[in-house]
Amino acid sequence: MTQPALETINLQKHFGGVHATRDVTFRLMPGARHALIGPNGAGKTTFVNQLSGVLPPSSGRVLLEGIDITHLRPDLRVRRGLARTFQINQLFKDLTPRQTIGVAVAQRLGIGGRMFSHFAADRHIATEVDKLADDFRLGDVLDLRTADLAYGKQRLLELAVALAAKPRVLLLDEPAAGVPEAERRDILGVVQALPSDVAVLLIEHDMDLVFAFAERISVLVEGALLVDGTAAEIAVDPRVRAVYLGEGNHG
Amino acid sequence: MPPIPSPTLSGHSPRWRLVLEVAFWLLAFSAIFLMPRRLLLLNEIAILALFALSLDLILGYAGIVSLGHAAFLGLGAYTAGLACKHFAVDPLLAVAASAFVAGLVGFATSFLVLRGTDLTRLMVTMAVALLLGEAANKMQWLTGGSDGLQGVTVPPIAGAFDFDLRGRTAYVLSFLTLLALFLIARRLVASPFGMTLRTIRDNPLRAAAIGVPVTRRLVTIYTISALYAGIAGGLLAVTTQFVSLDVFEFSRSADVMLVLILGGTGYLYGGIIGAVAFKVLQDVLSGLTPQYWHFWIGLLLVALMVVGRQRIGSWITRPFSRLRAFGQPNAPDNGGVS
Ligand SMILES: Nc1ncnc2c1ncn2[C@@H]1O[C@H](COP(=O)(O)OP(=O)(O)OP(=O)(O)O)[C@@H](O)[C@H]1O
Ligand SMILES: [Mg+2]
Repeated sequence: MTQPALETINLQKHFGGVHATRDVTFRLMPGARHALIGPNGAGKTTFVNQLSGVLPPSSGRVLLEGIDITHLRPDLRVRRGLARTFQINQLFKDLTPRQTIGVAVAQRLGIGGRMFSHFAADRHIATEVDKLADDFRLGDVLDLRTADLAYGKQRLLELAVALAAKPRVLLLDEPAAGVPEAERRDILGVVQALPSDVAVLLIEHDMDLVFAFAERISVLVEGALLVDGTAAEIAVDPRVRAVYLGEGNHG
Repeated sequence: MPPIPSPTLSGHSPRWRLVLEVAFWLLAFSAIFLMPRRLLLLNEIAILALFALSLDLILGYAGIVSLGHAAFLGLGAYTAGLACKHFAVDPLLAVAASAFVAGLVGFATSFLVLRGTDLTRLMVTMAVALLLGEAANKMQWLTGGSDGLQGVTVPPIAGAFDFDLRGRTAYVLSFLTLLALFLIARRLVASPFGMTLRTIRDNPLRAAAIGVPVTRRLVTIYTISALYAGIAGGLLAVTTQFVSLDVFEFSRSADVMLVLILGGTGYLYGGIIGAVAFKVLQDVLSGLTPQYWHFWIGLLLVALMVVGRQRIGSWITRPFSRLRAFGQPNAPDNGGVS
């Protein structure tokens, strides 16, 4: 049996009285196109925060390619090939996209700590930044201040900077959240075109996007995994229908 | 006075910018001939500028607020003062010792400072400076306590350049040190390391999520900043041949913050411009109203904020928005709860 790219074992998270992650045992296979869906407040973001090291789990384990990373710092997880994006933009408002992507590239190349080379003159960094800017339709805004970018462009930058780490596992927390219809297609195109050897976990509310993208789907409800199956299985699963009809406003 | 380059400097073409910068430093140096009677004041300005430059490295580039930066100025001053007094070492060696001691203590205390919010950082930095000041006060046998460190005799630099009463050697030493450390700082902030610092300043949560080792970067820059401040203190001791407890005082830490806000953070010239403005104002105003000059500079600061909001606002919004964010974490600890 192939080893999962990313795996959690009995993961639990409590926020005071809120039980946000309930005993989640989950597998993401190498190269997977996997969606994680669930109603608002189901604990999807909290789950990703534990995978990426932003939040420590209350108990349970996280394994990346078989190695226990439960207590590993976020930056070291990135170095091991685990990257993520954020549901709410987490960008560097006073830096340009060129600088933003450049830092991620520099860290991956292991030269982020160099003190006396010139960042802006570095050929290796520049080449990769230009390539990513092309892929993510950021070429025309590379030297603007990030805070001044259109929202859709900021969402694309969220993705580009995560990809700059050349991850083998990529966690996307609602990449198209809040993007106007006209610009959604850009984001979708980019997500569809992600390298096929990267395992992708996509969190998304838009069911059209979910079914266009995912081969497997997991459903999280009130912190617990309700079902896990192929897209076709999930589409006809009565429990999932009940959850979404009960919620009323999704799918 | 040397012309003050505009903070929009970075908007000029690189060549024009280089011309301005060279002209600035040449003028600052030629002050030796143009203003031979004000060299002691110029020496103070150069030292204050270096002190502010060291604060800019952490505040302007890494977003670390400090109200206790005098801790390192003071350590540097006493180290150089004691080295000269007891071992009659060359002033350059004494200043090197200042850098070493301040850097070491900066490294050790960085671990306290780097945790927590801006508010805790302000408190911890202030506390460190207070503790060191009190320690210097108590260790009278070593520091002379409240009488100050008496009997510091500084030998000539390299046995050749004696410190004259008009401050010529002093200014040349401080000027050249400032220039050298400025050039190093400029390389540093333009390096990959410097760019990773800016990501931490803007969003430490995301910086970590793209692979930046946040704590290690902050420890490094805090140590370098402390080392710079220590050198400023060392220069102060060897050029004035005296050290007193006021080097640790809160007003030193507050003044250097004021200097940096006057001049602007995050482009390295801010500390120099602010130091010139601050010292000249101090000189003029304390001539007019010796008691109240802090009042006038406060008034000026308010006027600057109200009148020149757009322009000045853009230089200082960074530290101020951080000050406003008192008690809040630097970034949400959850990647987005909606
Ligand atoms: N830092 C925190 N402190 C306390 N409670 C939290 C924290 N983060 C999340 N929660 C709670 O945990 C639960 C799960 O939140 P989470 O943001 O993970 O949901 P989600 O599935 O991402 O929702 P959405 O679809 O709206 O993004 C919610 O009840 C939320 O209020
Ligand atoms: Mg969420």
